[in-house]
Amino acid sequence: MKFPFAQLASPKNSYQMAGHLIPWFGLLTLALMSYGVVGGLWWAPSDYQQGDAFRMIYIHVPAAFLSLSIYTIIFCCSVIYLIWQIKLADIVAEMSAAVGATYTFIALVSGALWGKPMWGTWWIWDARLTSELILLFLYFGYMGLRSAIHEPKRAGKAAAVLAIVGMVDIPIVHFSVEWWATLHQGATLAKLAKPSIAVEMLYPLLAMIGGFTFFYGTLLCIRLRTGLLQREWQSLWVREWFNQQSKSCL
Amino acid sequence: MWDFKVFIVAPIFGGDVNLSLDKTAPVGSLSQAFWGVIRREMALYDQHRGDWAMPFLFFIMVVALFSLTLGAGADWLAKVAPTVIWIAVVLALILSLETIFRADFQTGVLDQLGISPYPLSVLMLGKSVAHWIMIGVPLLLLAPLLGGLFLLSQSELWVLFLTLFFGIPTLSLIGALGAALTIGLPQGGVLLAILVLPWMIPVLLFGASALVAVTEGRSFNSELLLLTAIFIATLVIAPMGISAAVRISLES
Repeated sequence: MKFPFAQLASPKNSYQMAGHLIPWFGLLTLALMSYGVVGGLWWAPSDYQQGDAFRMIYIHVPAAFLSLSIYTIIFCCSVIYLIWQIKLADIVAEMSAAVGATYTFIALVSGALWGKPMWGTWWIWDARLTSELILLFLYFGYMGLRSAIHEPKRAGKAAAVLAIVGMVDIPIVHFSVEWWATLHQGATLAKLAKPSIAVEMLYPLLAMIGGFTFFYGTLLCIRLRTGLLQREWQSLWVREWFNQQSKSCL
Repeated sequence: MWDFKVFIVAPIFGGDVNLSLDKTAPVGSLSQAFWGVIRREMALYDQHRGDWAMPFLFFIMVVALFSLTLGAGADWLAKVAPTVIWIAVVLALILSLETIFRADFQTGVLDQLGISPYPLSVLMLGKSVAHWIMIGVPLLLLAPLLGGLFLLSQSELWVLFLTLFFGIPTLSLIGALGAALTIGLPQGGVLLAILVLPWMIPVLLFGASALVAVTEGRSFNSELLLLTAIFIATLVIAPMGISAAVRISLES
């Protein structure tokens, strides 16, 4: 049985679609991030408790949010790939991993920089920090397993199993660490109905989250095209596309 | 139209692999196959006693090195004992799991198991049970003995035994899943450790915190119940994951 949208996910179509999306995603990234940076660093007032140090939120929260979201995307792609064998899902998962790992690293480093003035320590073994660190290890394991297996098909499937088990693991790790008293402040955006943050601070934050997301989208589209060419270099459409390109160059 | 078996189960667990075989052929019951795998595994462990003993030597040496280098006062030593013993157990298990599929993969036994009419997950569970009997149980018995090196009290040794009783099979099932993913890879050992250590963290934390609880005079029930829950969940899910991973590794 075929996946309902298998046609859309054909390598050729997705290659072209990713190419069309790159400029749009890039523009959106630029717009949202410029507003987020200016709004967050200049227009937003200082926090009454944390002073200007709170502005770390505009890097930390989007990075942390995306580190988890990208892992969720990898998880969903892995499920799709294991069940319906759609190659595109596998390539999306493969190409997302490095971006996700980088965001996780940014979240950890910015969190440490934020923690030093606020808590007086770079690092504390609290539930969220530990889960984030484990998430980084999961990303590394995922990329390590992929690079260790040379056949793309087996690598994709093994990595997919790994991603699914890792997804189950994250909440368990989180709750197992939560036994210890936690220093981390409560979630800022969990209660969107009545945010615990002023509007002038909130809008740039949302813009930064959007900007980070579209930056990921841009990178993903670029990397997706590379991945498609790497996997499909023997197929007809790549040769046709390559001939076209070389003709237009001449 | 939405047939769960055709749409979800078969693509993952390779239901079509067995279709060519006549499933009605008199090949013996599933439980016979299960016990057969266990007996074969035990015979193999018996043949390679030198390999079998390595994880225990490693375990004893790690624990001894810790207690040697930490030295210092007795009460302080007892505080780090649960952590040290649990981590040594994890490392010894990973060391022993690295080779769990290697010989079977090289000799083609794993392929034979894969095309047999029995569910691969049950056969893999048999392999894990054999591993638990031959490696897990001796580790379980060794750990409290070595706890003596750290001057643990009797009640603490008892809790150590109880938590390891549920912890070791959980860890070895999780580790087997990682080993199944890395079958036949060069540098499989280091990769295996990197893959499975994050999965083992909850078990490790609950096990160690149960011991901390008992040294502080609190009840350790909740930790023990959580360990049991994780064990049962792993026991149900991991064999399916292992068989799926083995099939993926056999495809190449």
